[in-house]
Amino acid sequence: MTNPIIRVEDLNKSYALNRITVSNPTLRDSLVETFRAPLKTLRNAYSSPGETFWALKNINLEVMPGEVVGIIGRNGAGKSTLLKILSRITEPTSGRVELYGRVGSLLEVGTGFHPELSGRENIFLNGVILGMNRREIREKFDEIVAFAELEKFIDTPVKRYSSGMYVRLAFAVAAHLSPEILIVDEVLAVGDLAFQNKCLGKMQDVSLAGRTVLFVSHNLPAVSRLCSRAVLLESGHLISEGPTQDVVTNYLEGAFAAGPSREWDLEHAPGTKELKLVSVNVTKEDGTRLTDVSVHDKVQVKLKYRVAIPNLKFRCALIFFTQGTCAFASVEPQETLRKEPGIYSSTVTVPGDLLAEGEYMIGISIFASRGVKQHFVRLENVIAFHVSDPMTGRSARGDYAERIAGVVSPRLTWESTYEGSRSVTEIQDHDALPDAALGRVL
Amino acid sequence: MLEGPPIETESRQSPYTLPNKPLVVIEPRKAWAPLNLRDLWTYRELFYFLIWRDVKVRYKQTILGVLWVVIQPLMATLIFTIFLGVLARIPSGDVPYPLLVFTGLLPWTFFSAAVTGSGNSLVSNAHLITKVYFPRMIIPGAAIGGRLLDFAVSLTILAALMVYYGVAPTKNILLLPVMVALITIFSWGFGMWASAANVKYRDIGVVLPVFIQLWMFVSPVAYPVSLIPPDWRWLYFLNPIAGIVEGFRSSILGTPFNWGPLIYAAIVAVILFFHSAYAFKKMERSFADII
Repeated sequence: MTNPIIRVEDLNKSYALNRITVSNPTLRDSLVETFRAPLKTLRNAYSSPGETFWALKNINLEVMPGEVVGIIGRNGAGKSTLLKILSRITEPTSGRVELYGRVGSLLEVGTGFHPELSGRENIFLNGVILGMNRREIREKFDEIVAFAELEKFIDTPVKRYSSGMYVRLAFAVAAHLSPEILIVDEVLAVGDLAFQNKCLGKMQDVSLAGRTVLFVSHNLPAVSRLCSRAVLLESGHLISEGPTQDVVTNYLEGAFAAGPSREWDLEHAPGTKELKLVSVNVTKEDGTRLTDVSVHDKVQVKLKYRVAIPNLKFRCALIFFTQGTCAFASVEPQETLRKEPGIYSSTVTVPGDLLAEGEYMIGISIFASRGVKQHFVRLENVIAFHVSDPMTGRSARGDYAERIAGVVSPRLTWESTYEGSRSVTEIQDHDALPDAALGRVL
Repeated sequence: MLEGPPIETESRQSPYTLPNKPLVVIEPRKAWAPLNLRDLWTYRELFYFLIWRDVKVRYKQTILGVLWVVIQPLMATLIFTIFLGVLARIPSGDVPYPLLVFTGLLPWTFFSAAVTGSGNSLVSNAHLITKVYFPRMIIPGAAIGGRLLDFAVSLTILAALMVYYGVAPTKNILLLPVMVALITIFSWGFGMWASAANVKYRDIGVVLPVFIQLWMFVSPVAYPVSLIPPDWRWLYFLNPIAGIVEGFRSSILGTPFNWGPLIYAAIVAVILFFHSAYAFKKMERSFADII
């Protein structure tokens, strides 16, 4: 039985709200207040007035050495506050944290970079600020410069760098930190996609080297891929913890008020007087409720609706959203006539090996389009589910471990053959193409 | 209540063996926590690097670079010499007036630059304070350290001036390091307090330069103490800087030390330093939240 490397016990952090709103009172205000109401000022000094805002409430958490734990939650859930306390930037109001290793925290890339200094000088400055010592930096210097791909510009002042170069240099330094515990806050949301992937790859190296990582991100696919365990915070409370997939699903249900299934009673059901929704369900093919869909699973979406008048002719359509955009839509091929009033259902099956990793949200539309389009139901983000890749090597990615761009990820057939030695140049050209194309989109 | 999943594979097993005692315990701090000297020692490299950064950045993209360190007090000396020495005929005793002013300006320039610099240091390094941990005391300390380097450079100019005016140092010069230490401790204490107060009340940063400018006129910088009527000197020397600047001058020019004000100034400096250090520790807890 190993002991935890991080132990958090009953951690609380509160902010006095009035102190936040008047964060920089002027000296004059304070003096005037002191003279106008000396007793009140004195009282205030001893009892904190105003409302208290609990940024974190009763957090208990243990992290084992070598674990990679993702911290997810909505904005303002307390993720950053937790990281700030763990990195000793701010103090808890009560509770206790024990750290059994050196902590390196990356709450932003390029902390302490100075625009006037050269890249070389900033590597040393930033490195020391992040807790490395001079010898360590000197040893890793060439590696850092190579990782940032800035060999030519290393003696140029950083203020002349493009923002991309700046971020690359900053991350390169950070990526070469070697504390036992690494705390990372959303720093991957910088740089172009290619560099983001390089960083994710580096993060994976870090975790595989046995380092303990706490990782806050809104990039759920990245969290799913990197973290074995996740913690979900909501308004300062730790509300769920466990295997990443379960927690991510949990989060999606809470965050979008939408899980993989939803039901309405007659009164609140969306729709018109002619037609109202009863329920929407996403299940696996065998009908089991889904918490964790793998990319291989067939996914069924079943709509149930109540038709109130006879002879209604219409069709259903589903729109799948992911990564903030429409991945695809599917429309019932023809409008069907429902002669009798009553409850009907329509089911659509999404084949396996098509969806990409990440969360999908489904919008529903039920409409008739004879002449003028008439919508009975038109809803966005009704239900949500999360797709993950179990990394068995049988998915579209094969044994390629980094991120693959795209809102779908179909499994296609690849074939490579030897075409003889005469047309060497031609073959080289062809070989170069997929790689370059990948580089652009990844 | 917590049942973390078992560590997945062998490769996930950390090669790092856990110490029995936690390396760091994070708890709400008590008001009178002792200074954590070991922590300060661990972060000494950051201290050097912040000094190095300040010095480096200050004269980047300048033509004269570090020469500015000596040009400033030289220009001031020139102006004082013309207006006070030549036109107003302020008596300077046996010492040439320019030398009198320069020996006053050196510690004074250091003091005023150090206090304004460190007073603003926390606020201008807010981006560090909200993103990384290190003992916060390093920041105002490093601001003082950078100015101390400037001070050392200016001392070489003083040596040149002494050669020019044919003033040889006496055994009093042995106390020069003590004077430098005194003014450093005083500036550090004052700067540390100002930097912490400035986090909460930005007024400090605005008031400080004005306040320091006025302070110069009640200190024997551009004139000798002999100008003050003897009956009022006790009041005059309540200003600890007066004693320190006087002492600095004596150690360079070989005039007799005025021990009373000097010892008083030393006591004030030490008390101020420790008071500021504790006040700083107390305010430090809320820096990241209110800066």
